[in-house]
Amino acid sequence: MENEAGALSRVAGLFSARGYNIESLTVAPTEDETLSRMTIVTRGSDDVIEQITKQLNKLIDVVKVVDLSEAGHIERELMLVKVRAEGELREEMKRMSDIFRGRIVDVTEKTYIIELTGAGYKLDAFLEALDKSAILETVRTGASGIGRGDRILKV
Amino acid sequence: MELTGAEIVVRCLAEEGVEFVFGYPGGAVLNIYDEVFKQDKFKHVLVRHEQAAVHAADGYARATGRTGVALVTSGPGATNAVTGIATAYMDSIPLVVISGQVPTAVIGMDAFQEVDMVGITRPCVKHNFLVKDANDIAETLKKAFYIASTGRPGPVVVDIPKDVTQAKAEFAYPKKVAMRSYNPVIKGHTGQIKRAVQMILEAKRPMIYTGGGVVLSNAAEDLTRFTRLLGFPITNTLMGLGGYPATDPQFTGMLGMHGTYEANMAMQHCDVLIAIGARFDDRVIGNPEHFFQDGRRIIHIDIDPASIAKRVKVDVPIVGNVKDVLAEMTKLIQAAKEKPDQVALKTWWTQIELWRSRDCMKYDRSSSLIKPQYVIEKMYEVTRGEAYVTSDVGQHQMWAAQYYKFDQPRRWINSGGLGTMGFGLPAAMGAQFAHPDATVACVTGEGSIQMNIQELATCKQFNLPLKIVLLNNRYLGMVRQWQEFFYGNRYAESYMDALPDFVKLAESYGHVGMRIEKPEDVESALKEGFGPELKERLVFMNFITDRTENVCPMVPAGKGLSEMILV
Repeated sequence: MENEAGALSRVAGLFSARGYNIESLTVAPTEDETLSRMTIVTRGSDDVIEQITKQLNKLIDVVKVVDLSEAGHIERELMLVKVRAEGELREEMKRMSDIFRGRIVDVTEKTYIIELTGAGYKLDAFLEALDKSAILETVRTGASGIGRGDRILKV
Repeated sequence: MELTGAEIVVRCLAEEGVEFVFGYPGGAVLNIYDEVFKQDKFKHVLVRHEQAAVHAADGYARATGRTGVALVTSGPGATNAVTGIATAYMDSIPLVVISGQVPTAVIGMDAFQEVDMVGITRPCVKHNFLVKDANDIAETLKKAFYIASTGRPGPVVVDIPKDVTQAKAEFAYPKKVAMRSYNPVIKGHTGQIKRAVQMILEAKRPMIYTGGGVVLSNAAEDLTRFTRLLGFPITNTLMGLGGYPATDPQFTGMLGMHGTYEANMAMQHCDVLIAIGARFDDRVIGNPEHFFQDGRRIIHIDIDPASIAKRVKVDVPIVGNVKDVLAEMTKLIQAAKEKPDQVALKTWWTQIELWRSRDCMKYDRSSSLIKPQYVIEKMYEVTRGEAYVTSDVGQHQMWAAQYYKFDQPRRWINSGGLGTMGFGLPAAMGAQFAHPDATVACVTGEGSIQMNIQELATCKQFNLPLKIVLLNNRYLGMVRQWQEFFYGNRYAESYMDALPDFVKLAESYGHVGMRIEKPEDVESALKEGFGPELKERLVFMNFITDRTENVCPMVPAGKGLSEMILV
């Protein structure tokens, strides 16, 4: 979409006004500074997804809409989790982070911050695997997506 | 040459060939108004409320097909304009609304008369802009007119902070505009058009259903040619009236909640439905589940892909400008070797005539009270069907739509989508400015007319000889009707008590007022009101009508088209 002030609110407003749900939405400028790229994760029947696609295309600021789930694509989300890291937990958390190929990016006497990247279900699985009481704080970016191979979204 | 932002605004409007700007001044637009004062390229029409400015621009746009322009100040001026903008948005009317904004330095500071106009109007505009630099004004306005008038038309708001109107910039009006993110489709897909033509030629029980898209794309003649060539029955939506001549035998009347029995039944029982510039909305097809018919195939032509397959499943979608697609289809049908099955078509028409013979629009013609339907019928006769008729919203709107036979497009001007009471009078002003010599009538109710009654002063200032036909039943009639049908006759707040003396009211604004109480006086009153003696005057005709009259037929909300309440 055009990298214009208010473009994000047009998209967010469209979803709320028409009652579509947004599971996540990420947006940032691209290598072309006049363009932003947004990844929206939403859910609905084929008819609803078709309407969402059409309605998004109608927005003047939207240049192109692609349904990534129609074909092979890569989906990644970044999560930062602050966990308790005292006593037995200190070793346990390190091990869990390694198993899920996370990275510990901040260490204090009592806590770690674990950085984890992956598809949403992988991040969910990691949180599931942790002892709930050990989780102090989580922050997730929402998914960014890109088509595999020759599928290129370019203006 | 360097000009101020305000000068640029005015120059842009002149470049666009704008004839009328409907507006109301205020602090944030004083610089612009100062330039309006100094120019003579367009005429500024001072309304008495910003809502009316937008409705008037809207009425002008509907009556001409050109883009209407309104100019309002920031804050309350802008919020007053919102109802007008939403009205135009729902009916896809091309408008450019310029609103003043507080200076850029104080935006977000809760400044005096500040409101986030871009934020407030976002869900009810085709697009909107906040101009932050005088250098961007010309390009932005060029884009605004382009976006408003192309594709599926709609209102565009351009919000301009006061300091931007003061700042200087080089002025050059762009000749063209290209936007990578906005390229409306004109021509329909050839393959889809061929499929549609094949389906049309094979139809046994065809039905043509057309809406405002036909009027908007100036395709009435193309539609008429297409329909007559095929000999198919046709219906128009409330927004589509005049798209096909109402006096033509192939016309089955309006469809929908208050549509004719024959049109609604034909919609429900046809085997091929050709939808053209119409969007299957809830007032037209009722409940989509009840509307669904196994085996009926639907062809849908619309310039807006999002309108296709939104409410009903479609077999042949065609995205394109109605006029272009119709011309293409007509050509293919003329060239085709096969013709529609005439025997089947004859059987179908026999069925339709049977439905038509129920005479669903009949009403009591021997009543001692004035029947509102009678007033519209007589008005149709007196004006020979040639008037521009605007309406407000409610029972009177439906009666006007049902009983005034519109043979031409752009003659019927009403708020179909948003249903805005208070629309009729200012819209009539816009239509009269557009066609100074034409007869322009506003059919209204005593509820609706009071929502923008102040515009009688504007009419006086500009000598607009409108004819106001008030169907006065001392009730918010449509509300009362629903309360009678669905709320056990509990008339909650639908009674209009303490009405003004409309004759004196009209006179106090400098117009002619008339009060008509008996059926036998209706015709003579209309002849006088629309007659040559009062040609130059606004005439306010207050018809005291039967207050218990209901609009029929009626498809109750949530029901299907074949579940009508008849008289």
